[in-house]
Order: sequence, then structure tokens, then C-alpha cells
Amino acid sequence: MTLAVEQTDTQTLLDRLSTLEARVVELEAHPAQGIEDRLAMVVFSGDLDKVIAALIIATGAASMGLETSMFFTFWGITAVKKQKLFTGKSLLEQGFTAMLPGKLGETGLSQMNFFGAGAQIIRGLMQKHGVTSPEELFGLAQELGVKMIVCDMSRELLGINDEELVDGLETGGVATFLGDAARAKVTLFI
Amino acid sequence: MSTFDQTLDVKGAKCPMPLVKSRKALTELTVGQTLKVIATDKGSVADFQGWAKTAKNVELVAQETVSEGSQALYVHYLKRTA
Repeated sequence: MTLAVEQTDTQTLLDRLSTLEARVVELEAHPAQGIEDRLAMVVFSGDLDKVIAALIIATGAASMGLETSMFFTFWGITAVKKQKLFTGKSLLEQGFTAMLPGKLGETGLSQMNFFGAGAQIIRGLMQKHGVTSPEELFGLAQELGVKMIVCDMSRELLGINDEELVDGLETGGVATFLGDAARAKVTLFI
Repeated sequence: MSTFDQTLDVKGAKCPMPLVKSRKALTELTVGQTLKVIATDKGSVADFQGWAKTAKNVELVAQETVSEGSQALYVHYLKRTA
């Protein structure tokens, strides 16, 4: 009787062992899979070159099957603006609106910008070399299901209205980003 | 030369477009089918290796470089495994 029970236990243990062994082999073959198959990035910069890098990484990651989220904060919010609006803003907010680019197309380079000439040269070079334009990359990212979150605190601080932002964005704060980042394999600050 | 079910031409496309387009094309295949991707982007060689290493639904069956006239073509065979 006791022997029979022990035999069953051993068999159960052996079964579990082989299941686990198979699982280990599976996991080792695909290390980035599982619930942590994510990429979370902060887009802090509103510089064209940095935003291009962020968008290329995001579209690439989404294509590879990573759940990708972009958290736009501070100057980075420029990348998700579609227009400038002045009505209903304080003088200081109007000043910020006037000084900051109204959309991705108006952003400059982090280096060698030369009052916008540098950005135009880079755009021209991208076209010449067949690199997808920043605007197309942005559309692709949305199409691929990249989650885009706007930091509400810095949006308010810079006096940016929801009407000035492109459609289909989510709003959030630090916990929204960390909620994604804590489960992510890759986190970036751009 | 591997066998394949579908061909995708991404000649001229630069990073990340070969990946983006292949992803789209691959989702249109059924599990077990193979996609042949023809690219001119040299970086795609390492890109597809990276993709196959990361994703569990893609297997890089083979890669080859062939020359067409003066330009090199980078050919990738991707199998949808899930």
C-alpha cells in the first residue's frame, strides 16, 4: 500500500520534472518572450533627430512583436502636437506656444540645426536615401499598435491643450510609465 | 535555395521598413509557411537575426546574399512558427 503511494508520487514528480525541463528549453530558446515582452520608452526630447531615433526603435520593436509604449513628456510633447492654438491661454503660455514648434514638422535638430536649415537637410537626406519620413514613421507606429501616452503634468505646465495634440493618444503620469516599464525588458530615455 | 510560400520585395527600403513590412506579410501567412524577403538594406541581415532571436513566432530558416547587376540583394527566409 505504502509502496504503491510512493510509486505514484515518484511518477508525478518525474512527470513534473520533464514538463519543467521542456519549459526551460523553450524559455532558453526565446529569452525575450513571456509577459515581459515589452519595451517602454520616455521621449523627453523634442529634437527631430532624437524623435526619429525613438520612432524607428518603436516601429522596429512593435514589428518584432514587442508591446511598445512611448511616454511623451516635456519637450517631447512637441512630437505629438498637430497645431498651435493661442486662445484661452495666459500670456506666459502664449509665449511658450509661440516659442515651441507647433508640430513634428517644425522641430529642429539637437546639433547643427542652423535655425532649421539642418533639419531640412536631414529630411532631404532621408528622402534621398529612401528612409521613411518621421511623419510616416509616426503613422506606422500608431498603426502597429504602439501605445502613446502624454504626460499630463508637463502638458499643463507648458500650456498645451488637448486640441493641439494628435488624436488617439492616452494621458498619464509617472505611474502609467512605470506600470509599463516595470514589466518591460527594454526601457529607454530619449 | 530554400522553399517558400510568399515573396516580399523590400528593395530600396531602409531600416526599419524591411522589418515592418515583413511583419505585416508574415501575419498574412498561415503557421508553418515561409516568407522570402528580398532586401537591399545591408543592415537587414543582422536585423532579421535579431528578430528571430527575440520573437518566438518567427524562425529564420536561411539567409543568402546574391548579386543582381551591380547591387547586392540580401535574401531572408522567415518561417511563421506560431
